[in-house]
Amino acid sequence: MAEFSTSIKDKGNVSIIYLNGYLDAHTAPQLETNFSELIDRSKYNIVVNFKDLNYISSAGLGVFMAYIEKIRENEGDIKLSTMSDKVFNIFDLLGFPLLYEIFKSEDDAINKFKETGKVENTK
Amino acid sequence: MMPSINSKRPVKLKTQNKIEKELRVSSRTENLSLIREFIRSAAAQVGMKPGITEDIMLAVDEACTNIIKHAYKSFPDGEILIKLRYDDHKFTITITDYGNSFHPESVPDPDLQKYYRQHRVGGLGMYLMKSLMDEVKYRSVPGKYNEVYLMKYFNNSH
Repeated sequence: MAEFSTSIKDKGNVSIIYLNGYLDAHTAPQLETNFSELIDRSKYNIVVNFKDLNYISSAGLGVFMAYIEKIRENEGDIKLSTMSDKVFNIFDLLGFPLLYEIFKSEDDAINKFKETGKVENTK
Repeated sequence: MMPSINSKRPVKLKTQNKIEKELRVSSRTENLSLIREFIRSAAAQVGMKPGITEDIMLAVDEACTNIIKHAYKSFPDGEILIKLRYDDHKFTITITDYGNSFHPESVPDPDLQKYYRQHRVGGLGMYLMKSLMDEVKYRSVPGKYNEVYLMKYFNNSH
């Protein structure tokens, strides 16, 4: 059963990871691979788009914790966007909004990188 | 503002039934989707609201993930038995495993600042279970079995 998939698109110097389906202990390694590959390619400005994510468990949340410091050490960030209320509630319950910026739209998240001068204009 | 999780709020049910069901699976993460579907279908039978059903699915997923990773240390052929009962306005899930015993009191509440420095997380699942359910209990008979009880209460009115 294809219950989780990801795709990655580069927009200028920002890489967007699109999540689809169910992110749990079984599917979390797939997202870990995505982060590892981006880090290997020195892509440290990352937006994760949650629009098509139906479900997340703590195993999925753990993936974000595993890579965030490495990414910030390299002057990048993981910004999160377009979460359903249901998924946001889980992040919120565990206090993640203190550590991660969460945006209503993907564009807002991308623009935040531009504001902080970490990428040149991508248009 | 995002709405908060309403897991503690009394819930009206469309139907009142009594159900008892059982699912036996091996300790593999690929079975988590099957486990969630088992909960979803039972919750639908008693007319549970989707939001509450999702809370219970997540709590059961977390309990089973902990069993797979900690009780069985990712050994794939351990047994997990999930018993579910709805009766008298109470939804109870009992999850039994035969792996290493577990000491819930040794798991502190999560500290994200610490996890940030350590690049790892721990205890998030237990914290979620406690937040999403009305009651969570553990019973461990070392060398024999461990049980987790997850409970959700519903009010009487329709």
